[in-house]
Amino acid sequence: MTEPTIYELSSPGRIGFRYPAPDVPESALPKEFMRQDLPMPELAEVDVIRHFTHLSTLNYNIDKGLYPLGSCTMKYNPKINEATARLPGFTFTHPLQPIETVQGNLALMYNLQEQLKEISGFAAVTLQPSAGAQGELVGVMIIRAYHRSRSDTKRTRILIPDSAHGTNPATSSMTGFEVVHVPSDARGNVDLDVLKSLVDDTVAGLMLTNPNTLGLFDENVIEVIEIVHKAGGLVYGDGANLNALLGIARPGDLGFDIMHFNLHKTFSTPHGGGGPGSGPVGVCAKLADFLPSPIIGIIEPATEEIAPLYGFVTPAKTIGRVKSFYGQFGVLVRAYTYIRMHGPEGLRKIAEYAVLNANYLLSRVREYYHLPYERTCMHEFVVEGNWPDVPDIHALDDAKRLMDYNFHPPTNYFPLIVHEALMIEPTESESKQTLDAFADALVKIAEEARVSPELLREAPHNTPISRLDEVKAAKDLVLCCWIPDQE
Amino acid sequence: MYIPHTEAETSEMLKSIGVKQISDLFNDVPLKHRFSRLAIPPGVTEMEVLEELKEYAAANEQAGELACFLGAGVYNHYVPAAVDSLLRRGEFYTAYTPYQPEISQGTLQAIFEFQTLIANLTGMEVTNASHYDGATATAEAGVMAYHHFRGKRPKIVLSSAVHPQYREVLCSYLCGYEDIHIETAGKGESALSHPDNLLKLIDQETALVVVQYPDFLGRIFDFRNLVKTAHEQGALVAVVVNPIALGLLTPPGEIDADIVVGEGQPLGIPMSFGGPYLGFFATRKEYVRKMSGRLVGETTDAQGRRGYVLTLTAREQHIRREKATSNICSNQGLIALATTIHMSLLGKNGLKQVAGLCYHKAHYAAKEIAKLPGFEVIGAEPFFNEFMVKCPKDVATLNYDLLDLGFLGGYDLRKEYPELKNHMLVAVTEMNSREEIDDFVQALKEVSDD
Repeated sequence: MTEPTIYELSSPGRIGFRYPAPDVPESALPKEFMRQDLPMPELAEVDVIRHFTHLSTLNYNIDKGLYPLGSCTMKYNPKINEATARLPGFTFTHPLQPIETVQGNLALMYNLQEQLKEISGFAAVTLQPSAGAQGELVGVMIIRAYHRSRSDTKRTRILIPDSAHGTNPATSSMTGFEVVHVPSDARGNVDLDVLKSLVDDTVAGLMLTNPNTLGLFDENVIEVIEIVHKAGGLVYGDGANLNALLGIARPGDLGFDIMHFNLHKTFSTPHGGGGPGSGPVGVCAKLADFLPSPIIGIIEPATEEIAPLYGFVTPAKTIGRVKSFYGQFGVLVRAYTYIRMHGPEGLRKIAEYAVLNANYLLSRVREYYHLPYERTCMHEFVVEGNWPDVPDIHALDDAKRLMDYNFHPPTNYFPLIVHEALMIEPTESESKQTLDAFADALVKIAEEARVSPELLREAPHNTPISRLDEVKAAKDLVLCCWIPDQE
Repeated sequence: MYIPHTEAETSEMLKSIGVKQISDLFNDVPLKHRFSRLAIPPGVTEMEVLEELKEYAAANEQAGELACFLGAGVYNHYVPAAVDSLLRRGEFYTAYTPYQPEISQGTLQAIFEFQTLIANLTGMEVTNASHYDGATATAEAGVMAYHHFRGKRPKIVLSSAVHPQYREVLCSYLCGYEDIHIETAGKGESALSHPDNLLKLIDQETALVVVQYPDFLGRIFDFRNLVKTAHEQGALVAVVVNPIALGLLTPPGEIDADIVVGEGQPLGIPMSFGGPYLGFFATRKEYVRKMSGRLVGETTDAQGRRGYVLTLTAREQHIRREKATSNICSNQGLIALATTIHMSLLGKNGLKQVAGLCYHKAHYAAKEIAKLPGFEVIGAEPFFNEFMVKCPKDVATLNYDLLDLGFLGGYDLRKEYPELKNHMLVAVTEMNSREEIDDFVQALKEVSDD
């Protein structure tokens, strides 16, 4: 069952790949720089293929089934995206080629910027950030640069609702801001009274996720934004949950000043087992000059005969560069492909069916799991994963037991404001049949919790490996393979 | 497009929810802004989108059709077919971050192997699961050093021969810390100055010294003296490396570097116009708790079987929130997998071979270019696969002429180093045949004669 590591599979002298013999005279390398030992494994190609194929079978994945991780938007990853991103005209271009030789890449990026602007209602977009968290970093750096540009230096605090993703406070402190938490009210909205009491001339901004991580659209979003604006602060939108808003409402229209997109959530690019993501950032007109450098612009406008010349533009008050080159280009090609295939109607349908699916699933399970906020949800919802009559069963046990029913568990223990949270986001790509099967499993588990709780506590039973000892991992801290040669 | 619902199913679902139509689910959205019509082109089919994307791709000129002598941090290497064949397995690329280890052992073991390979290649003890790219990995080295000294050492000494974009990103990241000032050596001095010129900048205020090996200008320096001085002053040293070069060169671990970072692109990643790439970050075990990014550790399951989990997660944003070591969340998982497969295939022998090919071919090219009248190969230092050539003309002009002859010329150093007017940074890899190198030399001669 346990797959050996590549070092255990290694056999001295085995060759996995052959390069052509040198066709030039050899040059001597100065001795003082010569490496003595290169402790790399030695395998044949077939060894490598089988090893990684075996490993792949140990993974759950979207191609296998439902992946209802709340706030992660694990929707189906269309296969055509993989084909377009691999077109040799894209993959064999060097980022430092003269711009005249990469007009295809630049036109695609320019058009993607334009589409994201239109979808979100922002005046300008950068494609540079590598992932959502880096998009947030850019956003908060822009907030700081904006206030500094106005010599408004006393704004040292960022307000963050208690339902926020962990990246929000981490980003704020990375950029030197003090984090102030804002509680939610009884309906899961930002508590307006507390917000009013917190805003003053030391507040640089508010980071708001809407719909929030409870899956609820803040009923007072316009007022929340106005309160912050009146106090001179900016409002940052965490775009993790944008899937619920495509063609429904544009964050820029609602009053947000800045927002990051997660192309790997909303626009179907694969998560890749933990990246690459892509986190473009949109801003309102007064912040456009602060975007990271460079963005893609038209350097010479089109004439009747000639197409425009696309190139790089440095915004006037740029916060600088946050990544080498221009963004996760291969991911951008996938997202562009997806947006082009959907158009305005298709995008709105995504949000509609994502919300339909979440509400349907909720309607199927709400009798069995406590729902802390009795409202229509958006693309996801949060229920409690334990019951007063079986206090020893926890959200973690429910999650692990779901694996025995061949489902990936929902996000659990997040958001922190819900006790034993199970946060469920089915996405639009799941059929009614799949949702019914998942709901049946959840209902069954609620029953098992009462009848045979050990089934949950010891779950999973049918996975390649059972519950792992995380304490031992952190204590022993074995972070590299055992290497036979070195013993 | 990818929504499976039939009309009948949709009606049943609406009935179960208790609403008449889908739009009723959006009543919380302010009416004024609800259902905004998006002015983007109407959707197209898969067949049409493929044609459109082919047109974009065809509007580029690509390496392979052009003989590529451009590097500057991104290199045109061969990627064995087996790498992409494995990457296309949906089991890998459609999986999420392995937060549920029981059903993510494939991803977890692959990251564990990645950590091992990078640690062994760099000569370090621990490696994290990846950063976005070489530039952000370098920036995270600065952040880690700053926190290591709890902000008490406010200075980072940064060699001007570190990749210019990495220096920019480091500055962007660290400007969050009001009291830190980044000293860039070489300001006012030539970019060609020896790294020993950094020694005078290293003092008790210094948290970190950052150098590159081989450096951005292609040169290989022995940093032993610099590491010794930094350590005497209590500072840490980060070395930015080209991983392919480490197939031949003494790894920074052997000269006592504290942090080794780099761009993983040369290890099996297509150039793909700048991304997605891979930042790697290796350090000593004593700094592991201060390192940002995900880590995979070995452990056992309830039956005593070996397995892998994400470990030391208490450093990360989803647990520690504002006290986290970084906000990093998604990293470059699939790209790390690609380099793991690539390194496994190449192995000890292949990695040495490809490094050797780059070295020998680059030296052959340098010797041939040096014979051309008006051209001079700059620098007495050893180099790996990239070197500076002083040309008789402006490099940008030469490069446009070279393009007409089918060559992607080297990087124009004047863009980043005004004093290096007419200096071209030429990169050579295993992809450049002797014939192609000879043709390039001939082409250089032709375009400089005009």
